[in-house]
Amino acid sequence: MKRYRTLILIFLILAIAIWVDLPNNPGIHLGKYNHNIDTRLGLDLVGGVQALLEADLPEGEQPTPENMGTAKTIVENRVNGLTGVTEALVQLAGNNRIVVEVPGAQDPEQAIATIKETGLLEFVHMASNPLAVGTIVQTDFGQTGDPIPQPTPTGEPGVVGPSPSDQILHTVMTGETLKTVNVQRNQSGQYVIDFTLSPEGTKTFGDYTSQNIGQFLGIVLDKQVISAPRVNDAITEGQGVITGGFTSESANSLALQLRYGSLPIPLKVVTSQTVGPTLGQDSLRKSLIAGFIGLSVVILFMSLYYRLPGVIADLALIVYALITFALFKLIPVTLTLPGIAGFVLSIGVAVDANILIFERLKEELRSGRTLRQAIDLGWARAWPSIRDSNLSTLITCVILFWFGSTFGASIVKGFSFTLAIGVLVSMFTAIIVTRNFLHVVLDNIELASHPRLFGL
Amino acid sequence: MVDIVRRRYLYFGISLLVISPGLIALLIWGLPLAIDFTGGSLLQVSFDSGTSPPTDAVRQIYDQFGFVDSLVQTSGNDAIIVRTKHMEDSTKVQIVDEMEKRFGSPITVDRFETVGPSIGQEVALRASGAVALAALGIMFYITFAFRGVEHAFRYGVSAIIAMLHDIFVVIGIEAILGHFLGWEVDALFLTALLTVIGFSVHDTIVVFDRIRENSNIYRRLPYETVVNHSIVQTLVRSINTQLTVMFTLLALVIFGGVTIRHFVLILLVGVLSGTYSSIFNAAPILVVWENREWRNWFRTKKSSESLA
Repeated sequence: MKRYRTLILIFLILAIAIWVDLPNNPGIHLGKYNHNIDTRLGLDLVGGVQALLEADLPEGEQPTPENMGTAKTIVENRVNGLTGVTEALVQLAGNNRIVVEVPGAQDPEQAIATIKETGLLEFVHMASNPLAVGTIVQTDFGQTGDPIPQPTPTGEPGVVGPSPSDQILHTVMTGETLKTVNVQRNQSGQYVIDFTLSPEGTKTFGDYTSQNIGQFLGIVLDKQVISAPRVNDAITEGQGVITGGFTSESANSLALQLRYGSLPIPLKVVTSQTVGPTLGQDSLRKSLIAGFIGLSVVILFMSLYYRLPGVIADLALIVYALITFALFKLIPVTLTLPGIAGFVLSIGVAVDANILIFERLKEELRSGRTLRQAIDLGWARAWPSIRDSNLSTLITCVILFWFGSTFGASIVKGFSFTLAIGVLVSMFTAIIVTRNFLHVVLDNIELASHPRLFGL
Repeated sequence: MVDIVRRRYLYFGISLLVISPGLIALLIWGLPLAIDFTGGSLLQVSFDSGTSPPTDAVRQIYDQFGFVDSLVQTSGNDAIIVRTKHMEDSTKVQIVDEMEKRFGSPITVDRFETVGPSIGQEVALRASGAVALAALGIMFYITFAFRGVEHAFRYGVSAIIAMLHDIFVVIGIEAILGHFLGWEVDALFLTALLTVIGFSVHDTIVVFDRIRENSNIYRRLPYETVVNHSIVQTLVRSINTQLTVMFTLLALVIFGGVTIRHFVLILLVGVLSGTYSSIFNAAPILVVWENREWRNWFRTKKSSESLA
């Protein structure tokens, strides 16, 4: 019997969906294939920070895709290096933007600061006159004489901007030559950055220090002097320490930047969003309750109005909710508030398909067809409506998704994605699941003599 | 049988009546655009002491940092929302520190959003592009899906007119509520609008599909009768679907968080308008088109009599 084969398939899918839906799902670990299954909650639900970064280049210049790719990887590494971050999301958006989402970030300001700084460390030759800490300098590394793009504007209220120096300093080597970077505290309790150099770096550093004893070696981060120590001895072991009046945060943030390299292009923050954790949790709880109530009312309505088919549609609706939620966990879809709204709304779509079919079913029954005929005809006649109306909703979803990804508007993206999944799954449950369930019930119970069960 | 098509001008009139106040509001007050589109910053903080300071005092702090046109709102007893021009994250930290110092209470940052001015404009531009693109895509799809029917293009255009009806209703309501309740047009509003578009067309297609089917069955009947017949046949479905969507949305409005209330309400209005427009506008427009009734719109009674 073909019908029972389909039924077995439905139950198989349902069993998998229920397994995925289990709150403490262990995930899939087959050999090398590892896939954790858990519910991902968006920023608006757990709190955290989202930032849209844009390549900060002079007017009319576009970053190359390679540079954006490298920048993305570096940003990703830096974000994941932040303490307490587990599910950060870094994606390219359009051709010159990167969207960063850090759910549950404990210190949003620090996170943004760590991400956006170029992180270009240079060791520059300052000869016998050390420049003061904080001075903005120009170096001969990677410069063509253009003014240096500033990641942060100076001259904020209450802050005296350091005066730029006209001199162009020679870069001895850059942060690229660092092999390991660690944050330490020295004897006087200050945070310092302890580094070792690559073999190449060791040689350059050794040569330079042995020729310039008594001179000053400036350490410059993003063209700003952070310290200017005096070379007391030749350093040939390839080790060193950077002091710069760091706090625990700024030292860790710099260490992260040095560890993962400097950005190939300067980035600026064009939009950022910080959500406190309490606001999010409250919304999550309320939306879940609302979703549950909404679903219950729909289930009640369907069973009261459409009787037996309604009850079967309700079963299909529960199957629908289980499969959709399982897909959210598998893909995984980051659940946001609008995403949950999209899900709840797609319940409406799922029910609509069944309402369309049942209205047709009633019409066919009234015109004197047998129950079996009416069921098959009802489905066949309702199908073009369901197909065309759902396809038009999917067209809107695609456009919303495109719009959302260009601007890192993850709420818009999340909404369209959940709605699209909902529409697709609902077509499966409303058409295949409801129909098979109904036939199976008819196989086992003599219903032809009970038209009231069909609301007639 | 209920004759909906015969009274089509009454229903067009009702639509006009519903849309007009919103359009007038739109012309007078404009749409209150959020920082998503204009650029700027929004800071929402709550004071752990349980009471928020007077708004004037907060504004003073912002003035001090050079943000002279800050908009300070209270939210509940212990929270404030401040809207300003675009500011850097670092400036926000300084401002929050200053508030903590001056008002003697630890502060929790509930929300901070900042959008650069240029990207805001770009988002607004792309948003209108997205709406236009969605409309075009749907129109072409309908024309394609109804290619077997005479004048398939009319179905696409009528669906778009019904869709525009819903866009006007939603934007009009937003203009009115924006003025009186301070609601803003943000990315979420745009999402709601696009969903309404999707649903409006969804509803319209169900009615059109029935017309498509019936015009093949009842070839002898006048078009007007076929259309009316189709509307009536799909009426129960339209109402029931509308009801289920309303149930879920109402649950979200009543029990859901404040953060999405605006979004859900707009959806509710839009979905309602979508059902109305597909029954009372989209299908009757097909009849108007079929009869080329616009030839009689601007004629006086007398001249049309003399013609007859």
